[in-house]
Amino acid sequence: MTKRDWLERRYRETPERPVRFSTVSDMEVDPIYSAADVSAPARDEWPGEFPYTRGVYPSMYRGRLWTMRQFAGFGTAEDTNARFKFLMGQGQKGLSTAFDMPTLMGYDADHPRARGEVGREGVAVSSLVDVRALFDGIRLSDVTTSMTVNCTASVLLAMYVAVADEQGVPWTELGGTIQNDMLKEFIAQKEWICPPEPSVRIVVDMIEFCAKQLPRWHAVSVSGYHIREAGSTAVQELAFTLADGLAYVDAAVKRGLHVDQFGPRLSFFFNLHNDFFEEIAKLRAARRLWATLMRERFGATDPRAMMLRTHAQTAGCSLTAQQPVNNVVRVAIQALAGVLGGVQSLHTNSLDETLALPSEQAVMVAVRTQQILAEESGVTNIVDPLGGSYAVEALTDRLEREARAYIEHIDELGGMVKAIELGYPQKEIADAAYVYQQQVDKQEKTVVGVNRYQMPEERQPDLLRIPLEVETRQAERVRKVKRERNGTAARDALRRVREAAESGENLMPPLVAAVKALCTVGEISDVYRQVFGEYRDPAWL
Amino acid sequence: MALNPRPLRILIAKPGLDGHDRGAKVIARALRDAGMEVIYTGLHQTPEMVAEAAIQEDVDAIGLSLLSGAHLTLFPAVLAELRQRGGGDIPVFGGGIIPDEDRPELERAGVAAMFTPGASTQEIVDWIRTTIRPRVA
Repeated sequence: MTKRDWLERRYRETPERPVRFSTVSDMEVDPIYSAADVSAPARDEWPGEFPYTRGVYPSMYRGRLWTMRQFAGFGTAEDTNARFKFLMGQGQKGLSTAFDMPTLMGYDADHPRARGEVGREGVAVSSLVDVRALFDGIRLSDVTTSMTVNCTASVLLAMYVAVADEQGVPWTELGGTIQNDMLKEFIAQKEWICPPEPSVRIVVDMIEFCAKQLPRWHAVSVSGYHIREAGSTAVQELAFTLADGLAYVDAAVKRGLHVDQFGPRLSFFFNLHNDFFEEIAKLRAARRLWATLMRERFGATDPRAMMLRTHAQTAGCSLTAQQPVNNVVRVAIQALAGVLGGVQSLHTNSLDETLALPSEQAVMVAVRTQQILAEESGVTNIVDPLGGSYAVEALTDRLEREARAYIEHIDELGGMVKAIELGYPQKEIADAAYVYQQQVDKQEKTVVGVNRYQMPEERQPDLLRIPLEVETRQAERVRKVKRERNGTAARDALRRVREAAESGENLMPPLVAAVKALCTVGEISDVYRQVFGEYRDPAWL
Repeated sequence: MALNPRPLRILIAKPGLDGHDRGAKVIARALRDAGMEVIYTGLHQTPEMVAEAAIQEDVDAIGLSLLSGAHLTLFPAVLAELRQRGGGDIPVFGGGIIPDEDRPELERAGVAAMFTPGASTQEIVDWIRTTIRPRVA
């Protein structure tokens, strides 16, 4: 019997609920998939073998579990340092730093635009003094560190290596990742200083610097997470992320680097949303498509330059403020999709994150969720356990095909930088976000506790609050740094940064010197503003 | 009284430094689809910029969207800037990540309504329709 025979003769006879059977991204799916739906290549894929659909390593979690990496950052550097130590005490090996809005946008804590924002969404960092305190008592060669920062990433990386120098840790021993994905900022997260072209130049400076001096560091984490949070579909997340990655590779190759030299140090960051099979298929398709594109377009020959290694985080936008305990279940399902999708590291959201920064107790449940998946559920025993599932293979093929069509359209527009200038990905995402909200409002998509199964609300859980004194203290701290440093040395160092920005020489060496001379995030960002110009939101609706 | 009142003119604004504009854009579109005239400021506005835009565009109400936790500083700052410019009578509503326990303080500061995660766009449209009237110049 063929699939069509079965559908026409048997399936039609049985009742079907009067709903659209579609994913959270509004992709309609068949009631069943069969061998005929699976492409020929998918039947001969192996973990650790090109195109890595089934996983980048042969033994996957039998060899090594994913890194449990909880994102943390709030208040002052001392507050976050304490949270880091708490997480390490709970068995976490990798650190992941969230910075506050002023740090992310290149303003010091004493700037008028920083008012009300200092230490609220992450840790406040204005100068090397803060980064030193952030990693106090943590030897940088003993951990891997992820830093979620983009338009000021060059400054933060300079500060990190400066702290390594102070600790006597050689740069070659520094392992970690800096997000540094500016293109997705223009598309989705929207923290920027200067326009796309100079932003990409700074990213490439960092790729070049890391390729030569920080062999264990990931210079860019090409991020779909924020694209999805901004409201994209799964296919858009996949396509725009890989298109951003292609743009960086292209720019680095034009700089004269070989893809095999820096490709192994590119990493990725995907979202894990509610739709279980769609998410697993997305991760599998991402690996297959990236490996193929790196070989086709750039002639990559080093397997590591073709392997898509990824961090993933459960979807913040899927959590509900209503009945927040339900979020524990959502996070567990999303995290399971990530594990079955073969991620290399994982952040699980805390149940109270729609209300405020997570409390210590909520973070603990999130970490335990990962430990239960890793050590109790048994899913780590088999590599790519869903490989060969007709449905998962067919969805993998479909996401790959649809993402490739988007990428080819972006090529026609002249590449991702051009597409961003035209507002193309931004508008696609805004459309998808609006469609989804309408579906929720009309109850065509269910959000438990929000548009169905509502209850009179219980009291909100105890929230982590950041006192306003943090702002006063932090502003005073950066003023003190500026007052007490050697002013001449700081000015000279800042001038060197400006010269490099203007001449096109790599910014990183003068930045390292500048942060050691205690030049601040705001001062260096001002140089970028003056030399490269400020980007403003085009405010497309 | 006009038989065909002009459509309500609403300013949707993003004060502060956070880049989360998904909600602001969805609301802006929903209000527009409901027949209102919508002006969207774009991201990263200072309280001064928001108040200035509201006065210049002669809007009937202002919707502020904020997801960075800075609402207790920035919402009152917008209201103060409005008063300074003679726009203290323009109703201001807000949305975003606003814990319940912060509502009383914002209400005292003069924020007319707050819509937090889970609010439907229809709820916001209905509130505007029943509460906001075109301002008489």
